Amino acid sequence: MLSGKGGTGKTMLAVNLAALEESGLYLDCDVEEPDGHLFFRPERPSVTPVEVPVPVVDTALCDGCQECVGFCRYHALAWTGKKVLVFPEICHSCGGCALVCPRKAIREEFRTVGQVEEGLSGNTRVISGILSPGEASGTPVIQALLARVAGKRDLIMDGPPGTGCMVAETLRAADYCLLVAEPTRYGAHNLEMVHQLVRAWNRPCGVVLNKVDSGDNPSLAYARSAGLAVLGAIPFDLELARLGAAGEIAVHRNETFRQTLLTIRGNMEKGVNS
Amino acid sequence: MKVAIPADSKNPDSAVSLSFGRAPLFMIHDTETGSWESLENPAATAPGGAGVKAAQVLVDAGVSVVLAPRCGENAAEVLLAAGTDLHRTGKGSLAENLTAFEDGKLELLTDIHPGFHGH
Repeated sequence: MLSGKGGTGKTMLAVNLAALEESGLYLDCDVEEPDGHLFFRPERPSVTPVEVPVPVVDTALCDGCQECVGFCRYHALAWTGKKVLVFPEICHSCGGCALVCPRKAIREEFRTVGQVEEGLSGNTRVISGILSPGEASGTPVIQALLARVAGKRDLIMDGPPGTGCMVAETLRAADYCLLVAEPTRYGAHNLEMVHQLVRAWNRPCGVVLNKVDSGDNPSLAYARSAGLAVLGAIPFDLELARLGAAGEIAVHRNETFRQTLLTIRGNMEKGVNS
Repeated sequence: MKVAIPADSKNPDSAVSLSFGRAPLFMIHDTETGSWESLENPAATAPGGAGVKAAQVLVDAGVSVVLAPRCGENAAEVLLAAGTDLHRTGKGSLAENLTAFEDGKLELLTDIHPGFHGH
């Protein structure tokens, strides 16, 4: 599930599609604000920390040659004239600085940047990535999530909003991308952005139009002009909003909605297999 | 003593750049010779870590004072660790701010912002 902007209904769709399955697997890759667990409420989930290696410089061994500073293309290291400064939140954990150091003055230490929680909710397996507050990049947490489901074929990934690194990290592991869009001009603009990203990765995709009312729908107009398959439409509906606010999984409570989702699921399957 | 100011153009009568890490260039004034020279900022288009890189360039150039309207925390950490003084620019051009600094009229830049990191 992807969307160019937040709040279009990725989690609502992802949770409900996973809940339709007899034994679904739901993966929350929106690690900055994972909220699928609020609907599934898995019992006593297991918790595994996500750690990344970061460089530590031994000032006694460092002779100030600055090979490491010159090597780091992320500028996570700086030389002040007296010592090397390390900026862990900028570091991408490539390990290159330790490799190029001629004095072997750099070693790597592990730092926790988030955690993975896994548990069962009925027959649905729920795995959530949770980025620690204050961290700059959720990519390592998404990589930990993907490693955990390696080899598994049938799962729903609830993606992060936008079109940044974390979205790319999520979508490259997907066989099919379901885009969720609102009926506004801003929504259509962001739909176009994420659609371009998905096309750049050559992933098959389709759009679900959410919160549809009787007015104009710029997202539908975009989909038509871009040849983007429309998998279905979900109305702007007070009952659905109430269920969502109460943390209920709507397909368990509303038969009309369940039928709508079954249609979307069928159309998505045709797209996956085409 | 070398004084660096983030700038959008090489003219000392032009305005101070609003950004430190993403400024297109730095104008560096040597107080001993009275000369200005420009230094391109290689961090202006860096995908990340621009503040650290820009600060590194100035430290490597032997700058001991930076005049800027604002500065992010990573850049400030590098500059301060290297013993560079940071002063806040006021209204006016690069040259006018340099004069104000030499007259002791620019206060130290102490409210360091947490950076503008887009990921």
